[in-house]
Amino acid sequence: MSAKFRPGSLALALLASAALSACASKAPKQLPPDPGGAVATDTTPGAMQGPAPGSHADFVATLMGQDTILFDTDRFEIDSADMTALAAQAQWLQKYPGKKATLEGHCDERGTRDYNLALGERRANAAKNYLISLGIDAARISTVSYGKERPLALGSDESSWARNRRAVTVTID
Amino acid sequence: MMFRSFPLFALVLAAPVLAQQTSPPAPAPTEEGGLSGSVSDESDWQDLGIAIPSFATNADVPTQTSAGSTAALGRSVAQIITADLKNNGLFKPVGPDALPQPGFAQIQAPDFATWKGRSAEMLVQGYVRAAEGGQLTVGCYLYDVALSQQLAKAGWTVAPGEWRRAAHKCADMVYSRLSGESPFFDSKVAYIAETGPKNRRMKRLAIMDSDGANHRYLTTGQATALTPRYSPDYKSILYLSYLNGNPRIYVYDLSSASQRLITQSRNPTFAPRWSPDGKWVLYSMATGGNTDIYRISAAGGGTPVKLTDSPGIDIGGSFSPDGSKIVFESDRSGSQQVYVMNSDGSGQRRISFFGGRAATPEWSPRGDQIAFTHIGGNFRIAVMSPGGGDLRHLTDSWQDEAPTWSPNGRIVQFFRTARGSGRTGIWQVDLTGRNERRLATPGDGSDPAWGPVRP
Repeated sequence: MSAKFRPGSLALALLASAALSACASKAPKQLPPDPGGAVATDTTPGAMQGPAPGSHADFVATLMGQDTILFDTDRFEIDSADMTALAAQAQWLQKYPGKKATLEGHCDERGTRDYNLALGERRANAAKNYLISLGIDAARISTVSYGKERPLALGSDESSWARNRRAVTVTID
Repeated sequence: MMFRSFPLFALVLAAPVLAQQTSPPAPAPTEEGGLSGSVSDESDWQDLGIAIPSFATNADVPTQTSAGSTAALGRSVAQIITADLKNNGLFKPVGPDALPQPGFAQIQAPDFATWKGRSAEMLVQGYVRAAEGGQLTVGCYLYDVALSQQLAKAGWTVAPGEWRRAAHKCADMVYSRLSGESPFFDSKVAYIAETGPKNRRMKRLAIMDSDGANHRYLTTGQATALTPRYSPDYKSILYLSYLNGNPRIYVYDLSSASQRLITQSRNPTFAPRWSPDGKWVLYSMATGGNTDIYRISAAGGGTPVKLTDSPGIDIGGSFSPDGSKIVFESDRSGSQQVYVMNSDGSGQRRISFFGGRAATPEWSPRGDQIAFTHIGGNFRIAVMSPGGGDLRHLTDSWQDEAPTWSPNGRIVQFFRTARGSGRTGIWQVDLTGRNERRLATPGDGSDPAWGPVRP
């Protein structure tokens, strides 16, 4: 749980981010994303032509996995690794002051449904509040909790659960 | 209690009754394994043999029902009664497929000698008759074969689309008369129908009768639907929807198929619940990440009253049957535990003091038990007294959660999630912890909410 951004998980995180970004353009108004939405993506890292500056694809490419922060079981505290990630997010958001973002709070499957909805909201707010403390205008950041409804890792094991206890920042294109 | 006088007949004679049932496809033994070899305080009467022949008709005429003519309907009614009584684990009913068919004249004057010869302890007979305006009249009679005596009778006139209700009402009459418990078959369940892979489940609001019949989807699945609760009058359903992107509680009106937000707020709302009289709604709302429980008039337009004010997550809530108290869940102590408060929010106190976490409490309609999810490693359905004592586990699986009570407080329904696949199913178990079985639904299912018995 403490080693949150191990190099080995970076590729997965990038893939995940790419998958998330594919839904992101629809995310704010049209949830859940249509099935299959996460399959196609034009945000392939390393493509000859980089993503448009200020786009969510650019955010994902710039953050290199730090668009997502992870939490311990039943917890919502922001630890030092999270602070580093959120600082990087804040830097990008400050560079593009016209951009808004949604903080998505998620939980692992080992919680009851109602509680996980509330816990996901708490995690999203913890991340939001930290961004605000770094000078990001509260009006630019909204939150949404998905509880245990949108797992990223599909296993029923500790490592999958650890990856699913997360808050993901999705900028709005 | 009347049925106590039958145990000997039941034990000795149930086997021959069952033997006659072997011609139709025999149920796989594993499906009903909950009964085999169980030793309990109820074992002396759970084998009570009940013969349920086809209901007779005075004249075989066409009906507007899906079941066909009045005679065909009579057979279907007997089959439904048989399935109801078989599925609760107390009786050994034998249905119409394995029995002779009594004539209309015999319904009120059974040929007891014949039934004694077939080793039936109890006999359920009845008739179906076409009534005015396409309606149907169903008569239902319960006889004690050994005593050659009528124990109960009732009749109902129903619209063609509600013919199954007459069968459930008859099953309820038999069940109540023989067990001494309140009826529950004539009731409905709201739940979430699930399809699709684990990371993109489609979740739709759906309803069905207590036996799974009359299944209907209420939402398309475009917006994720969660945690429904049937109103006590069955006219509307509270549920959570991600319509417009954010989780909010809506009241869905069944007659108009329209819905409205339970409260106008920019904050997310979760975990809707009705008061027993249907006049109040509890919901939980997060403000700045902190979730508390609120009460609002079900009629709409009222001012919400905030019932909890702890810095932790206070969520859910279930009224005691008299409406005076609310049991709810809070992590104010550091982990999810169960608390009780007065319905105005005063007098909050924790009642769960055993190992692990305790979540999703639901007050029994009889008032004497609280069902909840006990989390300690695995997720198990458990019950305790309203004071927090007498902890008993009803299930033992990887992840069982979200109990909901049968209208008579004898059965707890819940959903079970499979490790790995995330597949879900709706299950129920008797308050004794026996007779655990899965309900047949068209696809996967979760978040069941069992409504009251219908008037």
